Amino acid sequence: MAASPLLRVSNLYKNFGGVQAIQDLSFELTEGELLGMIGPNGSGKTTAVNLITGFVKPTEGDIFYRGKNITGRAPYKIVRLGVARTFQMVKPFYQLPAYKNMIIPLYSPRVKQMTGGKYGDRDAVALDLLEEVGFERDAHVAYKTASVLPQGYLKRLELAKAIALNPDLIILDELFSGLSLAEVASIVPIIEKLRQQGKSIIMIEHRLKELFRIADRIIVLNYGEKIADGKAAEVMQSEAVKNAYLGSE
Amino acid sequence: MKRRKERIDRGIKARASDIFALTSWREMLYLAAPRLIPIVGLIVLAFALSAYWQRVLLSVSVFALLAISWDILAQTGMISLGQALFFGTGAYLAGIMNHYWGWPPAVTIPLATIVGGLLCTVFLIPVLRLRGIFFSMVTLVLPLMLVRIIEATRIFGGTEGLSGLTALPSRWVEIYVLVFVLLAALFGFRRMMSSDFGLILKGINDNDRSVMNAGINIYWYKIQALFIASSIGAFSGAFLTHVYLFVGMPVFALDYSILPIASAVVGGIGTLAGSTLGAFILVPLSEILRGLGGLRIVIYGLFLVVFTVAIPEGIFHYVQRKYHQFERWVEVE
Repeated sequence: MAASPLLRVSNLYKNFGGVQAIQDLSFELTEGELLGMIGPNGSGKTTAVNLITGFVKPTEGDIFYRGKNITGRAPYKIVRLGVARTFQMVKPFYQLPAYKNMIIPLYSPRVKQMTGGKYGDRDAVALDLLEEVGFERDAHVAYKTASVLPQGYLKRLELAKAIALNPDLIILDELFSGLSLAEVASIVPIIEKLRQQGKSIIMIEHRLKELFRIADRIIVLNYGEKIADGKAAEVMQSEAVKNAYLGSE
Repeated sequence: MKRRKERIDRGIKARASDIFALTSWREMLYLAAPRLIPIVGLIVLAFALSAYWQRVLLSVSVFALLAISWDILAQTGMISLGQALFFGTGAYLAGIMNHYWGWPPAVTIPLATIVGGLLCTVFLIPVLRLRGIFFSMVTLVLPLMLVRIIEATRIFGGTEGLSGLTALPSRWVEIYVLVFVLLAALFGFRRMMSSDFGLILKGINDNDRSVMNAGINIYWYKIQALFIASSIGAFSGAFLTHVYLFVGMPVFALDYSILPIASAVVGGIGTLAGSTLGAFILVPLSEILRGLGGLRIVIYGLFLVVFTVAIPEGIFHYVQRKYHQFERWVEVE
């Protein structure tokens, strides 16, 4: 018997009023896989993430995580099972220093469960985690209030907040958008390190070049429908994908 | 020769956030004064005032507690327009327990605090999912509804209310218990709001999705904040019931909802100390203006407008900023 997938999405539908945001979406994610999800603007990528993480309830269909049906569960319950996500629009707690932003995920019941209630010094853990995602410890960036940090650091902070939960599945919603090439290049190794730790990752990206280099498999969405699923090279050869991105002749 | 004002942050503040190098009595005083002044000030004030102004101080403390209660909710992202709900519920509970069952104030006040807190929390749980103005509207309406229920059903004395309740042992007990509770609430809840628990509450206000995304059940935290805030309100109601020896429909009056908000706005939102300071300015001011008769509300209103326009951040934030700075004139060529 083959190992059951970590995440299984089956026949998912979501309507917003008359708009079909997601139509008959099905896919599986095996443990340790890095799945890229691409598609033109408005193709339903973020809605798919919102459905998986419980922020939006599906009109129809089911989502299974480790074989357990998690459809329509509250977001905080899904996080406790080990699914963490980042948001496309980073909205940190602007008044707080970067490292204090980390306190909230570190306060999570999931972290409590895993550490057996012994948090240790949360501030110290927060600083360690921030260093992992590239906040230089000597430069005091971690102590600056989030409102003065540049976008690159806010994205790193967003990533660190997800990592703090020690999730098994991390969903990154356009982590690279708004970043310079150099910034992206410095974040890629962090993601590769997460994979080495055995984490499963779903990445929604518009930066295809960087994504294709690290993704095992790509799903392409268009108007809420899955139009391709496979290795990066195969997917980009597909006529349907070319039409979706370039428009049909 | 031109001159300009130079501002320097005090050296002691520039050091690490929790390591203070206390090298002189001046530095120690600098750190202790903001805590010592309200503590010593209130204890002395309660002793030195005339009986009339002691009554005013009682009223000030009650409104300060209500303003603290409002501020805790506001920091959690719940803008309440109905502190009167908490106040009135506590007041009626204490009155009922005393009038019908003959329980002494030492029992009714603590019990009304906790039961009142629980009751108000239960009332508001169904609307916790509402945000912003929708939550506010419900809190505004609830106390007005309760008044009408009491009026229509004539329960708990109806429009007459319950009178002849048991008094507290003496006016010294009244004033010192209340002053002590106010100080404990002020410093205790300030500490709470700066702890990690408080950080979660503030996080809910800032960005509730992000807090949910940390696996935290924001409704459970909102319920806790609500219970704390409504208990504070219920305590002040229960306490004042045993001071006035009466409880009736006026305890649900709009004053108890609006004045705490005005106090928090004038004093500065988000610090609890600001809310307290606001109550200490607005309530005595209202007493002093009593001689003006009809024009009292006009002057009072003008004062509120001038203050909020001149110092929109609130007096406490302004004073706190100035306290941490040196200012001096320096010459510029």
